[in-house]
Amino acid sequence: MTPELLSLSNNWPLFLGTMILKILVVFVVVILMVAYATWLERKLIGHMQTRLGPMRTGWHGLLQPIADGLKLFFKEDIIPAQASKVPFILAPMMICIPAFITMAVVPFGPDLVINNFIIPQQITDLNVGILYVLAMAGLGIYGIVLAGWASNCKYSLLGGIRSSAQMISYELAAALSIISIFMLSETLSLRKIVELQMEPLWGVFSFLPNWYVFTQPLAFVLFVVTSLAEINRTPFDLPEAESELVSGFCTEYSSMKYALFFMAEYANMIVVSALIATLFLGGWSGPFPGFINILIKIVGFVMFFMWIRATYPRVRYDQLMFMGWKVFLPLALANIVVTGLVVVLLQ
Amino acid sequence: MFKALIQGLIITAKHLAPSKITTVQYPTVRLKVSDRFRGLHRLVPTQDREKCVACYLCPTVCPAKCITVEAAENEKGEKYPKVYQIDLLRCIFCGYCVEACPVEAIEMTGAYELADYKREDFAFTKERLLK
Repeated sequence: MTPELLSLSNNWPLFLGTMILKILVVFVVVILMVAYATWLERKLIGHMQTRLGPMRTGWHGLLQPIADGLKLFFKEDIIPAQASKVPFILAPMMICIPAFITMAVVPFGPDLVINNFIIPQQITDLNVGILYVLAMAGLGIYGIVLAGWASNCKYSLLGGIRSSAQMISYELAAALSIISIFMLSETLSLRKIVELQMEPLWGVFSFLPNWYVFTQPLAFVLFVVTSLAEINRTPFDLPEAESELVSGFCTEYSSMKYALFFMAEYANMIVVSALIATLFLGGWSGPFPGFINILIKIVGFVMFFMWIRATYPRVRYDQLMFMGWKVFLPLALANIVVTGLVVVLLQ
Repeated sequence: MFKALIQGLIITAKHLAPSKITTVQYPTVRLKVSDRFRGLHRLVPTQDREKCVACYLCPTVCPAKCITVEAAENEKGEKYPKVYQIDLLRCIFCGYCVEACPVEAIEMTGAYELADYKREDFAFTKERLLK
């Protein structure tokens, strides 16, 4: 008997069980990674500034994320008197949820065969995976804009407006830079994209995998930079520029609501790293068993983003807009044209 | 532009080396203070008593007016300070008292952890300064 895809079988209790298990595992792993990304960032940036970072709570500050979480949990939850209550409470959730659910389409390992059922190591293999990712990235803006608007504070509002302008401009370039990927792969499913990247490079070199970073280096660089801007990381963290806007859209937030913004920021960073790894660096393929490969790639990119934060100053707002519309967008469009020409000529 | 960006990244990466760390884990590891550090005062003792001859030069020179001296005469006919008290809450650790002293009876130590719980604890009497 050939193995059957579990999602197409009649064994619905098993299907439901494995789905819930997969969701729980991915969610818990992402939450843990978010918690320890804060620790890693403080450590890494600390060392880059010749400091030590957290050292007191646990061995080399390993319990620091737990201490931070507990502290934020017990802080007073303030809602400004003039704020719109419902959007104010809704905004942190609206920024957190798209950040986490984007993980649903990221494949983290090869298919498992258990009891004659094929179980893909991915929560769901959407055939429009990349579109879903782009849609969730678009939804993420609403949380920030809503937070800025609902706070009824000028700094929050400015932060929210800035972030909407920034994210809209950079989403275009980011989306256009991925288009060249699925022009080559001819599929939008992230699982298929990973499988295509396991073949030898251009079907010729057997010692290198067919990672799209070799075929599309420009798209890779564009996507890394524009996604940095999209998730509001330094050097593009204008929405919360603390030297100008107190702390931007989350000025009025406290307690667990503030923690949700923080979690969303790091979750976004992990999701973007996972997407870069999946789209350009062969996802879970590599020398180690399954998920370890993608974990290494994700942690590598997260550390690279922290390294960037330790190095570069924030760009000015006009520089940001100039780069978005006059540099990255034309480059991404040119990349699509060239890729299209090459694809047509090679057929 | 790209060269500058990469140079920046290299500089921060170089600082990652553990040997670059300048932070000292303060309560467990302490820096050794310099010999001429101006910390808590100390009255220098001789065999049986303090060296101080109660000449009043230190309270005179003290810009913060934190030193109280009361002179008296002991059984050998020597002048000695019956009261010698420094109010550390007023002291600015300028070291003028050490400079002014003609008999080198007062000096400054490296002690700098001087926090305490009560105001009275900052009044350093002769007995405490002799330790």
